[in-house]
Amino acid sequence: MSTIKVDQVSKLFRATSRSGGLTPALRKVSFELKPGEVISLIGESGSGKTTIGKIILRLVDPTSGTVTFDGKDISQYSTRGLRDYYRHVQGVFQDPFSSYNPIYRADRVFELVRDVYFARLTEKEWDAKIEGALDAVALNPGDVLGKYPHQLSGGQQQRLLIARALLLDVKVLVADEIISMLDASTRVDVLNLLVKLKRSGLAILFVTHDLSLGNYVSDRTIILRQGAIVEMGATEKVFGNPQHDYTRMLLTAVPELRKKWKHTPLEVAVAANGSAVAADVIEASPNGAVASAVARASLLDELSHTEQVIKRDLRTMFGGTRKASTKSSTVAVALEPPALNEFEPDHLVAEPE
Amino acid sequence: MSESVSDTPPLPETSQTEAELAETGAGFATAVEHAAPFVGRPAAAPANVVGRRPRRGDFVYYGLRNKKLVVGVSLEILFIALALIGPFLAKYPPNALVGPGLSHPNHTFWLGTTNLGQDVFSQVVSGLRMSYLVGLLGAVCASIVGMALGFIAGWRGGIIDEIIQLFTNVLVMLPALVLLIVVGAYLQNRTIFFEGVFIGLTTWPWVARAVRAQTFSLRSREFVDMAKLSGKRPLSIIAKEIAPNMASYLFLVIILLFGSSMLLAASYDFLGIGPTNLVSLGSMMNNANQNAALFFHLWWWFIPPGVLLTGMVAALLVANVGLDEVFNPKLREQ
Amino acid sequence: MSVSVENLSVAYRSRRGDLTAVDNVSFTLADGEIMGLAGESGSGKSTLGNALIYLDQRMKQTGGKVRLDGNELPIANTKAMKHLRMAEVSLVPQYAMSALTPTRKIGTLTDDLLKSHKVRNRDEVFAEMKRRIALIGLKENVLDKYSFELSGGMRQRVTIILSTLLNPSLLIADEVTSALDVSTQRAVGEMLLEFRDRGYIKSAIAITHDLSILAQIADTITIMYAGRLAEKAKTETIIGDPLHPYTQALIASLPDVGVRHDTTTLVGIPGRPPSLTNMPTGCRFRERCPFAFAKCVETPPFVEVKPGHQVACWKVSQEEANK
Repeated sequence: MSTIKVDQVSKLFRATSRSGGLTPALRKVSFELKPGEVISLIGESGSGKTTIGKIILRLVDPTSGTVTFDGKDISQYSTRGLRDYYRHVQGVFQDPFSSYNPIYRADRVFELVRDVYFARLTEKEWDAKIEGALDAVALNPGDVLGKYPHQLSGGQQQRLLIARALLLDVKVLVADEIISMLDASTRVDVLNLLVKLKRSGLAILFVTHDLSLGNYVSDRTIILRQGAIVEMGATEKVFGNPQHDYTRMLLTAVPELRKKWKHTPLEVAVAANGSAVAADVIEASPNGAVASAVARASLLDELSHTEQVIKRDLRTMFGGTRKASTKSSTVAVALEPPALNEFEPDHLVAEPE
Repeated sequence: MSESVSDTPPLPETSQTEAELAETGAGFATAVEHAAPFVGRPAAAPANVVGRRPRRGDFVYYGLRNKKLVVGVSLEILFIALALIGPFLAKYPPNALVGPGLSHPNHTFWLGTTNLGQDVFSQVVSGLRMSYLVGLLGAVCASIVGMALGFIAGWRGGIIDEIIQLFTNVLVMLPALVLLIVVGAYLQNRTIFFEGVFIGLTTWPWVARAVRAQTFSLRSREFVDMAKLSGKRPLSIIAKEIAPNMASYLFLVIILLFGSSMLLAASYDFLGIGPTNLVSLGSMMNNANQNAALFFHLWWWFIPPGVLLTGMVAALLVANVGLDEVFNPKLREQ
Repeated sequence: MSVSVENLSVAYRSRRGDLTAVDNVSFTLADGEIMGLAGESGSGKSTLGNALIYLDQRMKQTGGKVRLDGNELPIANTKAMKHLRMAEVSLVPQYAMSALTPTRKIGTLTDDLLKSHKVRNRDEVFAEMKRRIALIGLKENVLDKYSFELSGGMRQRVTIILSTLLNPSLLIADEVTSALDVSTQRAVGEMLLEFRDRGYIKSAIAITHDLSILAQIADTITIMYAGRLAEKAKTETIIGDPLHPYTQALIASLPDVGVRHDTTTLVGIPGRPPSLTNMPTGCRFRERCPFAFAKCVETPPFVEVKPGHQVACWKVSQEEANK
């Protein structure tokens, strides 16, 4: 079965902050993507969601863990094997304009695929294939063929890229934030296209930070935070009954059209050590932790940015906790992600970190 | 003469790639909607992009209106014409002793004669040709080596990049002048071919560095990922995706190399370590100097080669600056 | 009223002549009002917002006036505007997080900024800045850091503090939440509301394409299309009861959290906005409008059809007149 199985994948990058060391972009992430399934991979910046997409597309190699497609480890492919892999697994990225080489015409993306995969087709057969692909994405050939990328709208650019993937026999599509740079009116068209493709059997990894979009299209949802999965399961269950603090925070923070945030005025209080601290409270979560969106956001900001640094130590690289001390604070981010517990069938929740 | 003559000319200001040009557009930006006064870089506009990608027509349009480019190119064409036609107008071979020594310019010897009685005009036009030849050789060699190493280092990164960088840095530190003297001493007969190739092989480092830097930034672009996802091999990606995006920059680099090769060759010739028995602008100036032409006011001997050399290189550099403005919309005066 | 824009037109200079990006726009802003300026790419919203503070060389004002607190704002005169920037009118630019120079610490940056605006009582202003930094939950040591040491969200918020430090009458916030994470979006949104409530800014124009953020922070929303205003009304009205066909289509294309494709299918708007070089006559939306009729070839005026509710649409005007 053409399933993508991500198994305990970790990725460590060399950190760019002054303290040096390694940043864990992904921490032992595991999940499965089955045919005809849409999984939303939801996370904020620094969550690792784009990295996972790139690892699946073999644009980046994982530090540890494996990704298998149809049972075969994708890192073991030969050149030929890799080409075959790309016949089945393709990606579309966030900035449609950047995916085109601006000095060539837009439909050159089709030509790129032709040389490698369809060298034996006649001109007529090739044209027919292109028309079929464009039709599947509801693009008029007259509107897009022969044009330069900047002459097309963002929505057309994205759909052309999806058409390119459809030329091949694609079974898995990694859609990395493909809607975020589009206008509201074109977003929907691309979204509906994804739904249509899903219904015809395509598996889609829909990477996004936008919860409402994720909710609209996906069957299952994975919430990523700082490289680890905090909650995952069927979309209705994760969104309908979020268990993890982080998921709840996301859901309260997301701006909705018809529901206003509960805005309470900020106050400046004095903390125990005498410094001024923002002291507004909006709601308390079940386990007693209180935080306003504002204070939480600050805390998360600091956590995600300066504290994800672990001093390089080969002995502890795949286990254990290292406290990273920077001048500002000492916060530990473990390489070992928090364990996932089954809250209900098809709904896993991570323990608090 | 100090080592400073072997300093290479500065890099052109721009490191704009074609991609960035496409984003900023020619004139009014693609970022019509995102004109942010504080932030320099316009966003890649989401939908409904209004701007235009600079097409060949744009380059020609702006090119013809750029004074520096027009003046530089015109002058250069003049010099080239002189180099091509001159030898046919010259009545004598450059080294032949054809007249009374040190005669002033007259209607037989348009630029007078040297101390040995050689026709200065013949020498000058022959020297022009030599300069262009060595410029071409030097530019071609340096470009090939520099670009090849730059692309490889930029694309592969890692240990290969480190090795190439090590090699580049060592070469930069080698004093080319001393090397030429040493190597030249072993060669019985130095040809212009040798000089050109030598210059090429000692001036490629800055090309390699610049190309490497550009390749680094371009290889993380999404259209390169797209090419990878289409099963393309690295060589094909470098040749078809990356290099064309640097085309304008590479063009500027080649022009600069041309000019610097000519200057370097002239300096080597002046020092007497140029090709043996070849008349070139530098060697003329060397001979003139050794015969105290300045002291004896033999202006027709050293001024023409000096002026011509300066003119050729200056015209090239001015044209280069103009071309840079044409390629890079941000440099254009509004 | 705080801000009044009358028949403002702004064009871009190009090789082919002037391209009008903002076409005869008029609206007013009351004291304390946060107005959302929404529209898609090419609508002119960014041009409009930025024109109120800085007309760069590419743009020129081709008509109309802007008044701030009763006095005319000389937007076409860069020199005259210099005194007013930051003090009376301030901008949080798009990609504000990249607007901080990386080679100076935040504190030094602030000092430079204040000096260049000839602020006398810098110590007081600095103290105020520290208070505001604490207010939004950042630590005071932010002033000792370089911009690259802060995360994107932090930089965004620091930039907002800098822009509002001198308590301007009008703040123009250009896509302040676009590149941010959800939690930081909320923090920034709340920050703007807070600053308005405390009087640090009198009124604000929030430019964005994201209507859901405007639903949270804006009092009124103005929808712009192809350089002209389409509709302006209170936030609740725009979202709950929009009258202009474009607004209606826009609202209908936004998924609420919880809406799933198997229960509801969202619909986009067919076609594309017209390009600057090829504007249709009359109503610019008519080629994509399901309700277009004969009169639409004339430009509909932007008029008040209900109290506090302005629309530029013939169909709407006629319906309201018939009531």
